[in-house]
Amino acid sequence: MDSDVARGTSASPDSHHSDVTLRVNGKPHTLTVDHRSVLLDVLREDLDLIGAKKGCDHGQCGACTVLVDGRRANSCLLPAVALDGGDITTVEGLSGDGEELHPLQRAFLDRDAFQCGYCTPGQICSALGAVAEAAAGHPSHVTDPAAPSGQPVPLGGDEIRERLSGNLCRCGAYPHIVEAVRDVIS
Amino acid sequence: MKPFGYVRAGSAEEAADAYASHPGARYLGGGTNLVDLMKLGVEQPATLVDVSRLPLDSVEELPDGGLRIGATVRNSDLAAHPLVRDRYPVLSQALLAGASGQLRNIATTGGNLLQRTRCPYFQDTGKPCNKREPGSGCGARDGVHRDHAVLGHSPQCIATHPSDMAVALSALDARVELYGTDGERSVPAAEFHRLPGDHPERDTEIRPGELITAVVLPAAAAGLPSLYRKARDRASYAFALASVAAVLHTGDGVVQHAGIAFGALAHRPWRARRAEAALLGAAPTAAAFEHAVDLELAAAQPLRDNAYKVRLARNLALDVLTRLAPPANT
Repeated sequence: MDSDVARGTSASPDSHHSDVTLRVNGKPHTLTVDHRSVLLDVLREDLDLIGAKKGCDHGQCGACTVLVDGRRANSCLLPAVALDGGDITTVEGLSGDGEELHPLQRAFLDRDAFQCGYCTPGQICSALGAVAEAAAGHPSHVTDPAAPSGQPVPLGGDEIRERLSGNLCRCGAYPHIVEAVRDVIS
Repeated sequence: MKPFGYVRAGSAEEAADAYASHPGARYLGGGTNLVDLMKLGVEQPATLVDVSRLPLDSVEELPDGGLRIGATVRNSDLAAHPLVRDRYPVLSQALLAGASGQLRNIATTGGNLLQRTRCPYFQDTGKPCNKREPGSGCGARDGVHRDHAVLGHSPQCIATHPSDMAVALSALDARVELYGTDGERSVPAAEFHRLPGDHPERDTEIRPGELITAVVLPAAAAGLPSLYRKARDRASYAFALASVAAVLHTGDGVVQHAGIAFGALAHRPWRARRAEAALLGAAPTAAAFEHAVDLELAAAQPLRDNAYKVRLARNLALDVLTRLAPPANT
């Protein structure tokens, strides 16, 4: 790995391109990005990972949700240049090396948690992030304020709905999505 | 989007220097609002000075019992922080009432304060907007303004500030710490955002090139009963139509401390100083709350289509105050 790239310093900050290294689904990629490119563009256009979708392109629909350093994020709003050294997981990376689907992917199939499927990769990545956040004790808008800080938050239907509100489904598969997420928690 | 340069700063000093030496620079925190505005053509920076990795990502307990929140602490981490949840619940609640889980993971404390209005005329470069293009007019005043200001607006601008977090910070008497090439200074959160007046292009008191380094929560508000309540068009993931943050401490049968701020009613979180003054020393009764809130909202000047906000804000405030006052006293 080029040491300048590893330090994340751009050799020519007045130019409009920089080298970045992103670890995507476990594999490092060093590439030269236009500063205007957001992570979603790099994933889809440069790395041919077309699971994350461009829905609204403004952070309003959640179809582009991926995990960045283990946390869910809207990839359409993240300039790739600012993520140098980051660890990205997309829906393609959830099943690992084998053919076995991730339990949440399996649950989406079993529960019929989609119709057109456009929002599904974002829903799944978002749900994984949400489950991890709750396990780490992160409260949500519907968590009882009196719940003890730092303790895992149990995820009932209200919690799942609130925590996934950043992912829109225009087919309206929400009830089945909630069931699929419940299956994986229990 | 126009091409732009990129510089990553390692310290506040480096950031301020980079800003000063790159005309047309903008600081990049989480980017959730800035990148969106760049896509819309509203912001066209020549250079992004990336401050997202500055070593300002921790919440420190101060010797006097207050908290210093670094500017790059993410909204989700701040809302989940045990000291924030336990001592300043209104702040945690306000953060969790805003945006979505994935946006809160990206958005920073400093960036949340500096986010721009979601007025659709501001966001549409094809429309007149005095905030985006001073002198071009206000499309909202005679246009679609159901979500706009009812307090403190001017002929030039009727936009509201969209932050939930900032409303809680105002009610808590937090301070915003700033760093610039001229040095450091600190501004009360309640005075950080401006009313539009004749210069709606200026949202805050921040000077060009200044950087938010931290937000400080005062020891005086720690542990006091506090609450945030927000009304919106859907149950989650929407900007406020009206919101209230309140810190209320009663003792010896009277109000000892009151910090109340309204969100989504004005160009800045609207600190309800008149209501607070009316409540201090008064018994916390329903009549006292109504009197205080009505006194504050008497200044409202609703527009053609947003008078509903005044009643909505009144109901929210009365509910929040009633819940905060010990039941024995109401």
